[in-house]
Amino acid sequence: MSSDFEPILMRNVGVAKAADLQVYEARGGYQGIRKALQMSPEELIDEVKKANLRGRGGAGFPAGMKWSFLPKERKVTYLCVNADESEPPTFNNRVLMESDPHQLLEGIMIAGYATRATVAYIYMRGEFTEPFHILQRALNQAYAAGYFGKKILGSDFSMECYIHRGAGAYVCGEETGLIESLEGKRGWPRIKPPFPAVAGLFAKPTVVNNVETLCCLPHIVLRGAAWFTAIGPQGSFGPKLFCVSGPVNRPGCFEESMNITVKDLIYGSKFAQGMIGNKAVKGVFPGGLSMGVLTGDELEMRMDFDSPRKFGLLGLGTAALVVFNEDTDIRDVLLNVTRFYAMESCGQCTQCREGTGWMYKIAQRISLGAGRREDLDILVETTRNMGMMPGLSICGLPDGAAFPIRTLVEKFRAEFEQHIVRQEPGKVERVLRVLN
Amino acid sequence: MSWKAYDRNQPVMDPQAPPVLTEAVREKIRSFFPRYETKRAVLLPALHIVQELLGYVSYQAMKEIADLLEIHASDVLDVVSFYTHFANHPKGRKTVMVCRSLSCELMGGKAVLEAVKNTLQIQEHGTSTDGQYFLVTEECLAECDHAPCLKINERTYHQVKATDVSRILADEKNAELSIARSSLFDPPGH
Ligand SMILES: Cc1cc2nc3c(=O)[nH]c(=O)nc-3n(C[C@H](O)[C@H](O)[C@H](O)COP(=O)(O)O)c2cc1C
Ligand code: SF4
Ligand code: FES
Repeated sequence: MSSDFEPILMRNVGVAKAADLQVYEARGGYQGIRKALQMSPEELIDEVKKANLRGRGGAGFPAGMKWSFLPKERKVTYLCVNADESEPPTFNNRVLMESDPHQLLEGIMIAGYATRATVAYIYMRGEFTEPFHILQRALNQAYAAGYFGKKILGSDFSMECYIHRGAGAYVCGEETGLIESLEGKRGWPRIKPPFPAVAGLFAKPTVVNNVETLCCLPHIVLRGAAWFTAIGPQGSFGPKLFCVSGPVNRPGCFEESMNITVKDLIYGSKFAQGMIGNKAVKGVFPGGLSMGVLTGDELEMRMDFDSPRKFGLLGLGTAALVVFNEDTDIRDVLLNVTRFYAMESCGQCTQCREGTGWMYKIAQRISLGAGRREDLDILVETTRNMGMMPGLSICGLPDGAAFPIRTLVEKFRAEFEQHIVRQEPGKVERVLRVLN
Repeated sequence: MSWKAYDRNQPVMDPQAPPVLTEAVREKIRSFFPRYETKRAVLLPALHIVQELLGYVSYQAMKEIADLLEIHASDVLDVVSFYTHFANHPKGRKTVMVCRSLSCELMGGKAVLEAVKNTLQIQEHGTSTDGQYFLVTEECLAECDHAPCLKINERTYHQVKATDVSRILADEKNAELSIARSSLFDPPGH
C-alpha cells in the first residue's frame, strides 16, 4: 500500500467552489483538452492505449482498444457517457460529478476529439437529482466559455453535449440498454453483434464509456502514459476510486492505486477506519453486489482487475465495497441480493427472468424459516444455468446475479444449513402451502 | 424497472376532452428535437417534462405526446410502464423514496421505511389521505456512504434515523433543494 498516494481524480474534492469553471481553470483545468487538440486523434488514441486505461464501469475493457474498433470510414460518431451508476452500493461517479463536474466535461471533450464524436450524450440515472443540477450548471458554463459547440477553442473540432436523464432501471446501465433508452425505448439490451462501435445509437458508430474512465483522460494527456502506468500493479494501472459502505467507522469514497487490499480499505486510518463497535467482518461484497462476496477470512485480496478471480469472484466490478458484520443474518443478505436482480431483470431472456425470480422466491422461503437443504443446491444450480457466460442471455445482468448468489451460498453454506436444521418442524409445508 | 399493469380504475380516455399539454409545454418538448436524430428519442425528456408539470402521465397526455413525436400511443405506454419513475396514475404531490438496497438495510433502512409508513399511514405505492405523499422503495440511490437514505422528490436525506422521520415529513419545505436548480429545459449554451 503506497501511503504517499497523491489524489488525482479527487484532487478537487473539498476545494471550495470546485464545481465553478473559474476555480477549475485556476487549478489547471481544461489544459488537457488544449494539449490534446495539438495532437492528432490517432496520436491521442495511441497514448491512451499505451496507458492501458481499462474501463472503470465494470468490465475493465481497455478504452483505447474500444475506440479503435470504430470503422475508419464514418461521418457521424456518438459518445455515450455512462452515468447510470446503478450498481449497489456504488457512488464514485456521483462523487466525481458533484465535486468536480468540469473534470468529467474535459474528459468527454478529449474522448470526443479522439473518437471524432459529433455529439456526446451523458446518460444519467433518474435518481440523480442534485448531481444533475450541478452537472447541468457546469455544462452551461462550459458552453458559454466555448468548450462545447462549433469549432472548439478555435480548432476544427465541433461537438455538442447533452444530458439525457433516465427514469429508474438498472439495466439501462448496460451499454446497449442505455442506447435503446436514449432512442426513446424501454431499456432492453440488444443482441451483439453488431457491437455499438459499429452500429450503436441510431445505428451509427458509438462509444460508451464510464464517468470515471473519462475523468482519467485529462491527466493521461497532461502527464503522459508512462506516468499513468507507474501507478499500481501490472495490468491495473492508474488511480482508482474505491467506495466503502456498511457499518464501518468512516464510510466514503477513497482514491488509491490498485495495489490496495480489501483489508486496508476497511481498516486503514486513511480509509474506512475499521468496523463500528469493533465488530468482526463477516463478509464483504468488494466490487458492487454483482461480483460476488468475500468472507472475513479473505480480506487480503488486492483490489485490482485480476485478483478477484482467484477468490471465485467475477471481477473488480465497480470497486465498491459493502461490508457486513458478525451480527448480520446471512439470510437477510441473500434476500436483499436476490430481490434486486429479480426486480431489475428486464425480462427478455427466459433464463434470466425466471432464474432471478425463482432464486428470489427460494430466498424468501429460507428467510421465513422454511428452507430445505436442497434449496441451497437449487440456488447454485440455477446460477450455473443463466447468463452470458454459459451463452444463455443477451446481457451480463444474470452473470452479475449468479456470482453474488452462488458465492453467498457456497461460502456461507454452513450457516444456511444451521438455520435450516434449527427451523420449526412442519414450517416448510405450511409456508409452501401459503406461498403456492 | 418493473412492469405496471393497465390501471382499470382510471377512466377511459375521452376523445372530446381538451388537450392537456399546453402550447408552451409542446414548445418545450419540440426544443429537444435538434438534440437527437429521431423525434422518438425525445420521449424520455418529454415524459420528464410532462410528469414534472402534471405530477403523472395520463393516458390523454400519452396520446398527445405520441402525436407530437409521430409515434404510436402504445409505444409511449410501453415506455411509461417500463420505467419505475413514470406514473400512469395521479399520486401524492411529493414522492418519498426510501432506499432498500444492502448498505441502507445494514444501516437501519428497514426501520426508516416502517417509520415512514406509520407516520403517513400508507403502504408502498400508496398516497396519503391528504394527497401530499406517495411512498415507494428504491434500489440503491448511490448515496450509500450516507446510509440509510431517502429522497423527497429531488431532495436527498442522509443518515436518516427512524426517530427523525416524523420531523422530516412535517417540514413544509422538505422537498426544496439547497443548491441552485438547473432545468432539464435548459437549452445547450444558455
Ligand atoms: C446489467 C449491467 C449494468 C451495468 N451498469 C453500468 C453502470 O451503471 N455504469 C457503467 O458505467 N457501466 C455499467 N455497465 C457496464 C457497461 O455495459 C459498459 O461496459 C461500460 O459502461 C463501459 O464503459 P467503460 O469501458 O468505460 O467501463 C453495466 C453492465 C451490465 C451488464
Ligand atoms: S439477460 Fe436479463 S436483463 Fe439482460 S437482456 Fe436478458 S432478460 Fe434482460
Ligand atoms: S444502498 Fe442505499 S443508497 Fe446505496
